[in-house]
Amino acid sequence: MKILVCISKTPDTTAKIAFTDNNTKFAETGVQWIINPYDEWYALVRAIELKEADPSITIHLINVGNADSDPIIRKALALGGDEAIRVNTQPADSYSTAFQIAEFARQEGYDLIFTGKETIDYNGGAVGAMLSEMLDLPYVGLATSFLLNGKTATITREIEGGEETVEVPLPVVVSCQKGVAEARIPNMRGIMAARTKPLKVVEPKQTETQTVFSGFNLPPAKAGVKLVSSENVEELVRLLHEEARVI
Amino acid sequence: MSVLIYIDHSDGQVKKSSMEALSYGVKIAEQIGAVAEGVLLGDVSTDLPSLGNFGIKKVYHIQNSLLQIFDAQSYTKVIAQVAQQTSAKIIIFSNNSAGKSLAPKVAVRMNAGYVSGAIALPETSNGFNVRKNVFSGKAFANVEVKTEIKVIALNVNAFSVSEGTGNAEVVSLNIDVEAPKVKVIGTNKTKGTVSLTEAETVVSAGRGLKGPENWKIIEDLASTLGAALACSRPVADAHWRPHNEHVGQTGIAIAPNLYIAIGISGAIQHLAGVNRSKVIVVINKDPEAPFFKAADYGIVGDAFEVVPKLTQAVKKVKGIA
Ligand SMILES: Cc1cc2nc3c(=O)[nH]c(=O)nc-3n(C[C@H](O)[C@H](O)[C@H](O)COP(=O)(O)OP(=O)(O)OC[C@H]3O[C@@H](n4cnc5c(N)ncnc54)[C@H](O)[C@@H]3O)c2cc1C
Ligand SMILES: Nc1ncnc2c1ncn2[C@@H]1O[C@H](COP(=O)(O)O)[C@@H](O)[C@H]1O
Repeated sequence: MKILVCISKTPDTTAKIAFTDNNTKFAETGVQWIINPYDEWYALVRAIELKEADPSITIHLINVGNADSDPIIRKALALGGDEAIRVNTQPADSYSTAFQIAEFARQEGYDLIFTGKETIDYNGGAVGAMLSEMLDLPYVGLATSFLLNGKTATITREIEGGEETVEVPLPVVVSCQKGVAEARIPNMRGIMAARTKPLKVVEPKQTETQTVFSGFNLPPAKAGVKLVSSENVEELVRLLHEEARVI
Repeated sequence: MSVLIYIDHSDGQVKKSSMEALSYGVKIAEQIGAVAEGVLLGDVSTDLPSLGNFGIKKVYHIQNSLLQIFDAQSYTKVIAQVAQQTSAKIIIFSNNSAGKSLAPKVAVRMNAGYVSGAIALPETSNGFNVRKNVFSGKAFANVEVKTEIKVIALNVNAFSVSEGTGNAEVVSLNIDVEAPKVKVIGTNKTKGTVSLTEAETVVSAGRGLKGPENWKIIEDLASTLGAALACSRPVADAHWRPHNEHVGQTGIAIAPNLYIAIGISGAIQHLAGVNRSKVIVVINKDPEAPFFKAADYGIVGDAFEVVPKLTQAVKKVKGIA
């Protein structure tokens, strides 16, 4: 059994969001980079748990990115996983990321591919679904629980207004979110082991550009809070009713 | 040339988010001089010609018992066949749970550029540009779509429904439907309550509530307002509330008309999931709580005193007290 976990690099959740080059580029100076939380906390940790239950499982991590990704890939390896692959290119959009991963995954024949629900920077939420289409595999999006029973998976997924549990034969592509696993912290042994795990760099395949992020801007600042005394709750309701018109 | 809108439904009813997508697709069709048409898979109790009220001329209705199960793989093949047969140039989805699984797959199948989480009509004077939220609501981006066919998933609550009168022609097409690989073995719908992502009002509470036993006052306020419930991450992590109520950067992102945050400090990761709300009300006993900086209205006070009073005051305004 072989599992592929897709890992992306995102700015820390507290990073200051600003843009340079006439608002066409994210300002990276001083930004701390992390593993996208959905990929780390849910996709990767669930894969590690599956391997703990069945040591014959092999876990590969994949990232599409340039050498700046190496620190977060090492951190992911410190949590677990057997080896990592980096496709050496800065992806333009979810499509190009999915394309590069699909090209690699096709040769390896994974039984299970995990992605996070979305990246917290560009919020595409698309790589997993696109990958499944490129590989013509079933896709279960927005998973909140994942169980393996031999050659089938039992997955609970978010649907509008609730959850649904489905059974699907492997191989399958699954996008993970909260519920699938509980976040962990890498330990010293993992950190030491990660240093010697293979990180393979492969060159990208040629692909077309479908979409381009052509400009960014920040939302206008809020006008400031209108405070109402706790002794006068009716006044708040009046404001919401008559001024904001939301009640 | 047409704009094709995917019409999602559950419990026999067309989703409000799909009505938004219909209204959005019809506007785009007007803008580029195309016709707007809908596609609906499976059975609904809604009267299909009445979907013409949203401005579409035709509804392609694909019925097949194999479509009873939502399988992204088989649904995608059906939608792509409809798009091909009708020469659709722009395909619109709601960016809801179903749309998030389908739209990217349909885009790949149609060799179309994809924009998820669109929040405005495309700008077509210089290329085809769509505005979307990025950095979890902390910024906007313009995405230029370079391909001939385009797929857009419209954020929920980002575009208002416009309804007139009209009659849509219901058309069935000859489409191959593949057996789903996915088998549904159980559903768990939060009955009677409003779905969090579609809700116009959301009442949310955090660690300031001290424990799960204190949620009664929050639930009372929510039911009085007809609101959905949400919570901060530590509340869900501690299992005080179910994880599907967790909003924020690593939870669900929402954009209701009114968001009421009670006993939540307003950490940057929490704000990332709620800052697209139109009006934010904060109730917190600490006047220095960062949430007040992101709020439109606020009360500095103890939730246990303020919230029951607030519920009473809302009842009075709504004439139910
Ligand atoms: C990578 C990362 C991702 C994260 N993602 C998320 C996320 O998606 N969503 C999220 O919510 N958090 C997220 N967090 C956590 C976030 O940083 C905060 O820790 C969390 O939001 C705090 O929750 P809280 O406001 O409920 O609790 P606290 O910070 O403990 O705040 C409780 C508040 O209640 C007030 N209070 C106390 N008693 C009362 C009372 N009687 N009446 C009124 N007010 C009272 C206090 O003044 C305080 O402001 C994330 C953190 C990290 C590092
Ligand atoms: N550059 C990347 N390299 C590897 N995996 C990625 C990359 N970008 C996104 N992913 C995976 O795809 C998921 C969804 O990404 P996105 O569609 O970009 O929001 C992420 O949670 C990751 O699991």
